[in-house]
Amino acid sequence: MATLSVALTGNPNTGKSTIFNELTGARQKIGNWPGVTVDKKVGYTRHNDRAISVIDLPGTYSINARSPEEKIVIDYLLEEKPDVVVDVVDASNLSRNLFLTIQFLEYGIPVIIDLNMMDEAKKRGFKINTKILEQQFGMPVVETVGRSSKSIKNLLGVFTDTVMSNYHHSSLIEDHIAKVQEIAANNKNKEQVEEEIIALRYALIDQIIAKSVITTDVGASTSEKIDRIFANGFLALPLLLLLIYAVFEITFTWIGQPMADGLKDLMSDSISPWMQASLVSLGVADWLKSLIVDGIIAGVGSVLTFVPLIFTLFFCLSFLDGTGYMARVAFIMDPIMRRAGLTGKGVMPLIMGFGCGVPAIMGARALDSEKDRMISILITPFLTCGAKLPIMALFAAMFFPENATNVVFCMYIVGVVMAIIMAKILNITTFKDEESTFLLELPPYRMPDMKTVLLETWDKGKGYLVKAGTIILAMSVVIWFLSNYNFTGPTEDMSESFMASIGAGMASIFAFQGFSSWEAGAAIVTGILAKESVISTIGILYGVADISSEAEEAVNTASQLMGTSMGASFTALSALSFMVFSQLYTPCVTAMGTIKKETGKWKWVAFAATYTFATAWVVSLLVYQIGRLLGFE
Amino acid sequence: MTLKDATPGMTVKIESLEHSSLKQRLMSMGLIKGTTVKVLPSAPLGDPMAISIRSYNLSLRLADAEKIQVSAL
Repeated sequence: MATLSVALTGNPNTGKSTIFNELTGARQKIGNWPGVTVDKKVGYTRHNDRAISVIDLPGTYSINARSPEEKIVIDYLLEEKPDVVVDVVDASNLSRNLFLTIQFLEYGIPVIIDLNMMDEAKKRGFKINTKILEQQFGMPVVETVGRSSKSIKNLLGVFTDTVMSNYHHSSLIEDHIAKVQEIAANNKNKEQVEEEIIALRYALIDQIIAKSVITTDVGASTSEKIDRIFANGFLALPLLLLLIYAVFEITFTWIGQPMADGLKDLMSDSISPWMQASLVSLGVADWLKSLIVDGIIAGVGSVLTFVPLIFTLFFCLSFLDGTGYMARVAFIMDPIMRRAGLTGKGVMPLIMGFGCGVPAIMGARALDSEKDRMISILITPFLTCGAKLPIMALFAAMFFPENATNVVFCMYIVGVVMAIIMAKILNITTFKDEESTFLLELPPYRMPDMKTVLLETWDKGKGYLVKAGTIILAMSVVIWFLSNYNFTGPTEDMSESFMASIGAGMASIFAFQGFSSWEAGAAIVTGILAKESVISTIGILYGVADISSEAEEAVNTASQLMGTSMGASFTALSALSFMVFSQLYTPCVTAMGTIKKETGKWKWVAFAATYTFATAWVVSLLVYQIGRLLGFE
Repeated sequence: MTLKDATPGMTVKIESLEHSSLKQRLMSMGLIKGTTVKVLPSAPLGDPMAISIRSYNLSLRLADAEKIQVSAL
């Protein structure tokens, strides 16, 4: 039998994605709809020996082709004509949810109305008579409680080839459609027509609800009570800062760092020596041994130690998002963000930027307007991502031993301040005439569905693993080669390698910043491939081969490095200038690739690459020269 | 008066929506003439405001709320 095709549609915040995840679990793939940056989620499952393909269409409030998401939904349903269309409806919020349902019926698309979150509806005092609802619509109505496997099985049971053909529009719906057509035919003014039809739809909805729902007043909902503290009062902002602080603590101190340490120890105590020993016993040539151990393992290993941090951060953010709290963050932060030229909804993507810029750039999709999206994407590279942290930690430990933590914190601030300045500039120049809009549903607080949280964490974090396995791997080989060879063949002295020439070339433009050594230049060049390489390149070139690119290790490595030529080629001031430069300059190639994907245009990639470099050059120059004027050296 | 003038705790009825780029979206979300709206407490800095409408909660900026005419109930 052919695979049964099922499409899930519905409003945002209806638990549609939880149902999709429960149906398909790990058997899902997230891609992109062609030409737009909207997630395309497709998965598979089986029921009663029948293969079922499920597509999770983007959540929309209506289908008027006003946004790419709405266009995707209606185009897919009309062109692909899936066997079964499920309209996932939040039963505790029927009125607005049924608006979309009626639009589907107007288009002649039959739907199974899935009343989800029935447990919440009950708590809110709604008693829904599903039989009457079925009669009113002429469409099948199913009840589910998203996470319950029993109701998912129930839902699967409804998916058959013939379920849709057994149902026809009720006369109520037929009458409505006739009225809609009449309005459209009699009026030339498209806007007026649309507005009249919207009013008509809600009148019908009110009618249907009056007949099928009994409402009892239960007073303010629990969510509203929680919001009085978390979203409305004077405690809201401090609590928000506390929660964000907690997320960073959990990520960097409690969970992330110990895991990273464990991984690092595993690498250096077990894997690396084992690899060395195996290569020796296999009689492998020295150069190949060096390539594998000093190049690949050192390079890739440094990235892998970040993986626990990244995944922990995204887990925390996904968890918070699943509770509904992230909407409150946007609600509280909107006026503050607007002063900075941004928007409340942009807070979450930018916070992700402190972990890794790639999902932060992709997260801009959640923003309402083109202008908000573009500005968020373009300022993300200024933030201190997880890869830049070791650069800061190392230099701070080496050159500012008394104040290391404060200096690192200052770098975070530098990033944020520059991001805000850039946002304001972009607001006044490139995106001057465009609008920023803000309409945000505040969903009830819920316990997040752990399956969904884990899947999302994996989705956001795996890009990082892929990067380690591909770009970093390739680049470790390249850096190793360039630092150990020149035109005459292998070279013992790195200062005569290709890398030295490239580095010297780059470094020549940094005469006014105080860090014009070829090693610094080389580190800057490799940092465009991946920020982590700035540290590993410096380690390789200054002769500390197994330099760990972890923040905490910095103190140990610092003393090692001070004794090398590095201690001599940087002063405290030029180190600061170098840190500022590293903080702000061109994003890594993975981030640039993401910018291309999200904006679709090379011009924005070029813009991002050049304006960040120019800004970094100017600011680091100012830091160095003003520092010298003030007498620091 | 406009929705912007309504204070938390007030229940109002929507009379009309001024023309704006947000108008159709607001209407699709259920803000149409005759709809009852309850004003919820605002964000700590006063903007955006929050309303309870058709059994869900929506937040919108004061600048946009100013374009919605309402009458007290």
